[in-house]
Amino acid sequence: MSGSCWRMASCTRDRLISVFFPLALLALWEMAVRLQWLDGRFFPAPTAVAAALWELTVKGELLGKLWLLPGLVAAGDFSGARKVFAEGHLWVSLFRIFSGFFVGAVPGIILGVVMGMNRTIRVALDPVVSAVYVLPKIAILPLVMLVFGIGEVSKIVIVAIASFFLVLINTTVGVRDIEPIFIEAGRNYGANRRQMFRHIIIPAALPIIFSGLRLSLGTSLIVIIAAEFVAANYGLGYLIWFSWQTLLTENMFAGLVVIMILGALFTSGLQALERRLMPWQREEMPASADGADVGGTGKV
Amino acid sequence: MTVKIEAKDLTKVYPSRNGPICALRDFSLRVEEGEFVCIVGPSGCGKSTFLRILGGLITPSSGRVELFPRDEKAPLQNIVFQEYAIFPWKTVLDNVAFGLEMRGVPRTKRRETARDWIRKVGLAKFADAYPHQLSGGMKQRVSIARAFANDPEILLMDEPLGALDAQTRVILQGELVRLWEASRKTVVYITHSIEESVLLGDRIVLMTAHPGTYKTEFSVPFARPRSFELTGAPEFARLSYAIWQELEVEVKRTMEKQL
Ligand SMILES: Nc1ncnc2c1ncn2[C@@H]1O[C@H](COP(=O)(O)OP(=O)(O)OP(=O)(O)O)[C@@H](O)[C@H]1O
Ligand SMILES: [Mg+2]
Repeated sequence: MSGSCWRMASCTRDRLISVFFPLALLALWEMAVRLQWLDGRFFPAPTAVAAALWELTVKGELLGKLWLLPGLVAAGDFSGARKVFAEGHLWVSLFRIFSGFFVGAVPGIILGVVMGMNRTIRVALDPVVSAVYVLPKIAILPLVMLVFGIGEVSKIVIVAIASFFLVLINTTVGVRDIEPIFIEAGRNYGANRRQMFRHIIIPAALPIIFSGLRLSLGTSLIVIIAAEFVAANYGLGYLIWFSWQTLLTENMFAGLVVIMILGALFTSGLQALERRLMPWQREEMPASADGADVGGTGKV
Repeated sequence: MTVKIEAKDLTKVYPSRNGPICALRDFSLRVEEGEFVCIVGPSGCGKSTFLRILGGLITPSSGRVELFPRDEKAPLQNIVFQEYAIFPWKTVLDNVAFGLEMRGVPRTKRRETARDWIRKVGLAKFADAYPHQLSGGMKQRVSIARAFANDPEILLMDEPLGALDAQTRVILQGELVRLWEASRKTVVYITHSIEESVLLGDRIVLMTAHPGTYKTEFSVPFARPRSFELTGAPEFARLSYAIWQELEVEVKRTMEKQL
């Protein structure tokens, strides 16, 4: 991981490498297409992808016709304004991801804490949870659509289900594995039930709960794209699928780029939140094996 | 003298995979108000088990234990755990203020008290640090300060200096003597170190090898206030040696069993 460099010189060096190497790869790709080593119909050049991304944006496909917004809001036409967003692939996917994530993660945390605390409930629910957990969530999409129809609800539900189980399992483990000594210390100092949760159980389990949230946000992205492949008229998954069907490979790659950016933003957003919520975990120097090329003994 | 702690015929049997383990057998102890009692015994003889029973964290399999509060509203007892048990997610200040916070002491008041104790254990600069930034000795001081700050009538200390290097240990022993002599709380103090028990205690109770029970006891005649200087006195060495002669068989028995 970068970000763990302590000396200025190697820090700058790391950063330069991490910027220039990918750029060099892109340049190589561009060149390969121009020289026709690569078939541009399957692997459009980076510049072509960038152009496609620009096209999608200015035509209002990716973000909706944002330029209509001021007029609509001024006219008080809020349902019209909503429709602008509902026609932008990015917003549609984001909305599905976040509402599903929220609907799944919150009860996942609550039930996870209950299962972590209560042995009886844990033993009772564990087989069910494990059974459903191993099922690839996308496999139950048809069932979800059968129950909730092919509209927006079924997409949110499928994301919620995926998030729910990941968060549930992590939270259960996080709570169950709290060092008993912390619980004992809490009891010895007279913590009541509510204080026990707030001061001991939640903070002690938080790192594991967060790794559940991180996993489930990543999975949400996967699940929603897959769901949009088969059953949607908007969304990034639809964009990619439709571009494939119509052989607009540039647009397909543009969709992939947007998803990559989303994934990166999710990760760094959660990391920032983690640092804020768990300041006691900061400043930990990661044990790293690199640096051996700087001051190592040369033994291999 | 008023009795503060009365433990009678305590036995604790833990269930385990290889059948039940008797951790403590028919152990009785009476502690007077304001007395500093040290418990010394070989590893695994049930000292922590006894302390956990006193602290109400586990119930004895048989026997009974009673603590006599003077003030119903004040905290009765707090444990300084062998494993520190300070919270990694709280700053030093919040750790030390923990007991007060649980009792609903207002924020400014409890922080003031906590800062006071942090200063007394020499961690003033680290009030806002998190435990992972502290050394083992510093963590143990936080744990001691947390108990003192809560101001319980009884302090139950389980090898509070056990994990420390010899030098830090001497320093902290001195600090403990000073803190205790200023407050004169009732203390049950578990230690492996005979010297430590003679330096700190009014009375030293020896336990037998596992399953532990009462073996014998020594009263410590040295005047207070005490300091590390006492350890150089011939009477100190004589008493320490007398205790070791009693303890030696138990330690050897423990070691034989482990072979
Ligand atoms: N929760 C438990 N379950 C089963 N056995 C236990 C448990 N706790 C302690 N024991 C056993 O009971 C015995 C006494 O343990 P205890 O921790 O009270 O010893 P101790 O005197 O404090 O030892 P040490 O000086 O090493 O801290 C040991 O043999 C230990 O293995
Ligand atoms: Mg112990």
